[in-house]
Amino acid sequence: MELTGAETFVRCLIEEGVEYVFGYPGGAVLNLYDALYQQEQIKHILARHEQGAVHAADGYARATGRPGVALVTSGPGATNAVTGIATAHMDSVPLVVFTGQVPTPLIGNDAFQEVDAVGITRPCVKHNFLVKDVANLADTIKKAFYVATTGRPGPVVVDIPKDVTAKRAEFHYPKKVHLRSYNPVTKGHPLQIKRAVELMSSAERPVIYTGGGVISGNAALQLTELTRLLGFPITNTLMGLGGYPGNDPLFLGMLGMHGTYEANLAMHNCDVLIAVGARFDDRVTGNVAKFCPKAQIIHVDVDPSSISKNVKVSVPIVGYCDQVLAEMIHLLRVQEKRTNGEALARWWAQINEWRSIDCLKFDRSASGVIKPQHVLEKLYQLTEGNAFVTSDVGQHQMWAAQFYKFDKPRRWINSGGLGTMGFGLPAAIGAQLAFPNETVVCVTGEGSIQMCIQELSTAKQYSTPIKIINLNNGYLGMVRQWQELFYGNRYSQSYLESLPDFVKLAEAYGHVGMQITKPQDVEGALREALAMKDRLVFMDFLTDKTENVYPMIPSGAGQNEMILV
Amino acid sequence: MRHIISLLLENEAGALSRVAGLFSARGYNIESLTVAPTEDGTLSRLTLVTRGSDDIVEQITKQLNKLIDVVKLMDLSSGPHIEREIMLVKIRATGAARDEVSRLSEIFRGHIVDVTAGSFIVELTGNGKKLDAFLDSLERGSIVEVVRSGVSGMARGEKSLGV
Ligand SMILES: Cc1ncc(C[n+]2csc(CCOP(=O)(O)OP(=O)(O)O)c2C)c(N)n1
Repeated sequence: MELTGAETFVRCLIEEGVEYVFGYPGGAVLNLYDALYQQEQIKHILARHEQGAVHAADGYARATGRPGVALVTSGPGATNAVTGIATAHMDSVPLVVFTGQVPTPLIGNDAFQEVDAVGITRPCVKHNFLVKDVANLADTIKKAFYVATTGRPGPVVVDIPKDVTAKRAEFHYPKKVHLRSYNPVTKGHPLQIKRAVELMSSAERPVIYTGGGVISGNAALQLTELTRLLGFPITNTLMGLGGYPGNDPLFLGMLGMHGTYEANLAMHNCDVLIAVGARFDDRVTGNVAKFCPKAQIIHVDVDPSSISKNVKVSVPIVGYCDQVLAEMIHLLRVQEKRTNGEALARWWAQINEWRSIDCLKFDRSASGVIKPQHVLEKLYQLTEGNAFVTSDVGQHQMWAAQFYKFDKPRRWINSGGLGTMGFGLPAAIGAQLAFPNETVVCVTGEGSIQMCIQELSTAKQYSTPIKIINLNNGYLGMVRQWQELFYGNRYSQSYLESLPDFVKLAEAYGHVGMQITKPQDVEGALREALAMKDRLVFMDFLTDKTENVYPMIPSGAGQNEMILV
Repeated sequence: MRHIISLLLENEAGALSRVAGLFSARGYNIESLTVAPTEDGTLSRLTLVTRGSDDIVEQITKQLNKLIDVVKLMDLSSGPHIEREIMLVKIRATGAARDEVSRLSEIFRGHIVDVTAGSFIVELTGNGKKLDAFLDSLERGSIVEVVRSGVSGMARGEKSLGV
């Protein structure tokens, strides 16, 4: 059957089982929007800015594990989408982003609303395509979904010129794709896995350190089983939270710049480091020259280029995390002596000593002023760790990571790699659409929330009952913290004057607004808001303006050189 | 260390810019880069010369392999290989200098491919060192123009880069 490019586009999305398209229309994509109008299977979510559309698709993808789909017009539509695409790229989130393009005869002519979308997005996508012939459209879309979701996932951009959406071609959706140049390694090398297990069994001071790869690779079950089988201490990166139950005694908390004292010291002193789906990011390693000086390192990752990129490792294993961990569990189960019990007991004694300093303590007796940590602790208690929590970027993000104990994967949704302020609200919309009956909370700051505030309107249109927790300290808090600690209290441009009245703002968008100013009102307000199952509630918490995030590893320092409260 | 990396690349629009973009984005150095179609119309062969520590070159090859358009890759410098580059040099020469140029060209096994009353074009093939040596042997100021193809290469013996 002959279909137009636009009809082909819709059919392909249906074949891929796409539920939502997050987008924003414009001239170059009018045909695509017309085809979307004439069907009912795929729901289109109209964002208020293309950045919001892509973040929402991203939030949907992170919450579900399925690819997120976005559709934007050419020129400014594509450039507005770039921040969203780069955000997904840095965190390895599977997205397929369709950008409209000017008609093929006009490409290269500086036509109205023309940008080289493929060129602009090249450094921040896993791959991208320009479709010049309608006969290749279905095939290209199939490839796009395949590339986005396999191996190390990532965003793929498909740029479609307007004339291609109008032309006709015989429709055929391929069942399978073959790309001779793309064959991700999925199964780890058995000998390497054996070597890793031997090293683990003989370790005296082991640590398991895991990242976002465990979440995106759906390996949390295997990780939990392996960790418990060994009784090893485990720490997660910011992206890896939820990969292991956050309230489990083996869990040391997050590591890295704002990680716990016990996690960072355990890393610094370990003799065997088992890294899974983590990439030794600079926010984790601190000064690489001082990183894990005594450790032999095992590194499991699906992306060979992540291995030995920042830190040399002894046992590299390329493969899907779930499969490799399952293989390790299998080998350990049949092994008589799994661990060096005595040494491990001594190691735990040491770790528990570090733990006892209670590095996340904060002034609970403070009266009159709300401590941001207190809000998040209460949120955790009231939601029993079951909420989906998105965040923006700054102090509030770190406190959310420290104080909300994530027990399950895919519940913690934040822009770890790119650190994109403005991510939280649209990502929450995507997560809430995927899980309409779950509690979705967006933890944000008064700086970040204003970067995509327009999405309050989207939330109204699609009735997503998100709970926004605005930890309002009147400052770009994370910037202010650095200025206090490293720039002699010179608060250059980090104070936000003329903040809006967030309660009225929320109401203007048709939502419920609350302002909370006293510590004793925190719990009640949260209860009240969480009980409003069908309303978006914007909770503006006026918090301690001078609170800092601790512990902190200053940049350039080693993991053992933390600043404590 | 200097490395010669040979790639088979999908012969698609934009494939070359992915390779070039990778080098600039990650701050790797490119000394030379050549690319042309092969006997298989769907593939281009690209040869690039880069310098870096073993760690960096390992990253370079991994990052190149990660590009969807890269079909196969080989670090030619890891084994015995042939390295060739072609060069055209336009040389200003009058009077006695004309004999000198043709003699030098012969010594270096070059060919004179263009002659006018005041100039020659010499074509020379070889590895980079030989081409450098030829340029060094010419009288200063006599070189009007130089064009070099950049290095191409192939592994010796059984080893080959194919799909
Ligand atoms: C788009 C973008 N611009 C700038 C920054 C740099 N930045 C990081 S944290 C931060 C402050 C965030 O302030 P706020 O949202 O109020 O959160 P707080 O730190 O006060 O909790 C800034 C400006 C960023 N991460 N993203």
